[in-house]
Amino acid sequence: MDFNDTPAEAEFRAKVRAWIEANAQEYLEPPAEPWGLDEFVARSKAWQKKKYDAGYAGLTWPKDVGGQGLSPMHQIIFNQEESRTYVPTGLYAIGLGMCIPTVFTHGTPEIIRRYVPKALEGVEVWCQLFSEPVAGSDLASIRTRAVRDGDDWVITGQKVWTSFAHRSDFGIIITRTDFDAPKHKGLTMFIVDMKAPGVEARPIRQMSGSSDFNEVFFTDVRVPDSHRLGAVGDGWKVALTTLMHERLAVGGKPRHAPGWRALMELARGIEADGTPALERADVRLRIADTYIADEGIKLTQMRALSALSKGAIPGPEQSISKVVVARTMQEMSAFALELAEAGGLVVEKGSPIERLQQAYMGAAGLRIAGGTDEILRNIIAERVLGLPGDLRPDKDIPFSQIRPL
Amino acid sequence: MNFDLSDDAKTLRDAARRFLSAEAGPAVARRAMEAEAPYDADLWAKVVAQGWPAARVPERYGGLGLGTDEACVLAEELGRSLAPVPLLSTMAAIEALLLAGSDEQQARFLPRLASGDVVGCLAWAEGSNTPSANPATVLRDGRLFGRKAPVPDGRSAALAVVTVATPDGPAMAIAELAQASVTPVDTLDLVRRSAEIAFDGTPAEALGTPSHWTTLVERLAVLHAWEALGTAAAAMEMTLAYAKERQAFGLRIGRYQAVKHRLADMYIKAELARAHALHGCWAWGSNAPELPQAAAAARVASLDALRFAAEESVQLHGGIGFTWEHDCHLYYRRARQIAAALGSRNHWADRLVRALELRNRAAA
Repeated sequence: MDFNDTPAEAEFRAKVRAWIEANAQEYLEPPAEPWGLDEFVARSKAWQKKKYDAGYAGLTWPKDVGGQGLSPMHQIIFNQEESRTYVPTGLYAIGLGMCIPTVFTHGTPEIIRRYVPKALEGVEVWCQLFSEPVAGSDLASIRTRAVRDGDDWVITGQKVWTSFAHRSDFGIIITRTDFDAPKHKGLTMFIVDMKAPGVEARPIRQMSGSSDFNEVFFTDVRVPDSHRLGAVGDGWKVALTTLMHERLAVGGKPRHAPGWRALMELARGIEADGTPALERADVRLRIADTYIADEGIKLTQMRALSALSKGAIPGPEQSISKVVVARTMQEMSAFALELAEAGGLVVEKGSPIERLQQAYMGAAGLRIAGGTDEILRNIIAERVLGLPGDLRPDKDIPFSQIRPL
Repeated sequence: MNFDLSDDAKTLRDAARRFLSAEAGPAVARRAMEAEAPYDADLWAKVVAQGWPAARVPERYGGLGLGTDEACVLAEELGRSLAPVPLLSTMAAIEALLLAGSDEQQARFLPRLASGDVVGCLAWAEGSNTPSANPATVLRDGRLFGRKAPVPDGRSAALAVVTVATPDGPAMAIAELAQASVTPVDTLDLVRRSAEIAFDGTPAEALGTPSHWTTLVERLAVLHAWEALGTAAAAMEMTLAYAKERQAFGLRIGRYQAVKHRLADMYIKAELARAHALHGCWAWGSNAPELPQAAAAARVASLDALRFAAEESVQLHGGIGFTWEHDCHLYYRRARQIAAALGSRNHWADRLVRALELRNRAAA
């Protein structure tokens, strides 16, 4: 066993590191002031373009669509080096992580040529239009309607939790094209122009106070049939491609989120009744538990990397990642805020306590995003452990006739 | 990056699993539980024939000279099968000699342990002490005075590695048990038997220094983490099979989220523990400075995984799981034995944080 790169990996890493050091100078420290949305978008686009021009965008994608034709290991090494800095990458996480892989897998050659290179270059931003007010975990019960009209489809309905919809150029949208088929069979996926008439994105303010999400309304939005992804009625199959990529993307601890070190640091600075908090048994137990969860996930990811490095497929153990990380983040940050006693309630911009407060607020969302704790446990139980699926009484009857039990 | 067991270790693991599923398992453990003898001598003879006691012993002392990966997979398979043989105790004595023994001591003791002629054991516990506190037992002028209990496999062993008090903390001595008084001790674990060993002037010799003991405990924490992984996996697999077959309210119970999510949690805890156990195996095998934290994390994570699997396997089986006839209690009891074998979860969680503090200080 070793944690070293192969010689080829080490060479690539050195090259990447040198390039990032030369090109991400202004991002070596966190920004003094949080960026506004406009600045975030502008900086994200500039960084993506830099990567594209230098041959670091779409490392695993074929060369003829603007990628580099390299292995997953190259992408991982690049990501590791990139995440040592504070460069903005979140704008493209969904587009390049989920939407474009779906376009690439299910689009016609014309569609791929038109959209994939521009997305890799960062010129066009993508969003994913899946969830609806009535369809979250149970995605297949969406109601947004697409009706055929000549060479076009006409889309009407509402999507929600759409990250960066108001800053996106295109989206992939799952619609219902047949209300009389069983719920999974009447779905169809399209590429939709977010600037088209009838598309309206309204930001949703989250409980954390920020507004990364939108609800998006579609009123008689016309989409040409050439922008359909997959066959009519095959939308579920197409969506599974996206979701598979989502689970790869929403994995470990969010970059720069506080972990056991932050708790240890905080405990070092707090004295309770004359004793440093770090000497308290409950504090030490919590540091140990946080370390075991977060480092355990990191080590689990290294197991996957080892498989990839050998050209093998990672084992199913990766599926535990988000469910552990999100809950640990919530528990650790709640504990830390309580350790600070009443001071844990006071918001002071830029303080270590504020980071923990943000982690606590964010963790509640992380436990839901990209599959709730409950859905992820179902996935582990059913796909990894082979247990039977939940009873789904609505599965085989026409969607229009579903009544809750 | 190659964070995985060696191919040789995987081959050994598969062979060990095949062998032990034929020769050991809950039925064999039950037979040992009812028997007078402290271990299954027939099974021990077969295990010796497999060469497992010799695994880590260098070839010049009659061993196979295998690495830590191989030791860890053997521990995992022993844990899985509950095999009633004193192999892990013998391996503990071997590791003590490999780490702290002089050439002369290694030459004298290792061939006998490797051949399986002599069973070894580790006698550190004296009731409620932790592995890092000085015991009451002392080594004076080549003679041991003190009382150790519970000592796993103490009745099976002829040779003991014994902790003794020194001004610099606990250190090790090694003693033949022919001149010690060994009596059975009843414990919750009915399969792996324990003993009380009273030393009243038993001839013994020092084995290494106090820092050797600290390192040995860390290495054995890794070894027992793998054992715990195996036992937890066996309890989980048994429960998984039951959840796929047992019916209630017209459904197999594995369809209910209350049941399947519990099993998912067993898997989550087991995989976290496996990642840390692998890290511990690496740190041990490569003498890495990370061993103190890696071993502590492996110990804590594996105890969590094992306890959860053992407790919830009874719960998910329902009433039948609480019967004497069902195998659930074998795992439930073994979980107590492993938790007590080398310092508690609390002890190791504190040790983990201490290791992290030291590392942070070194980095600063």
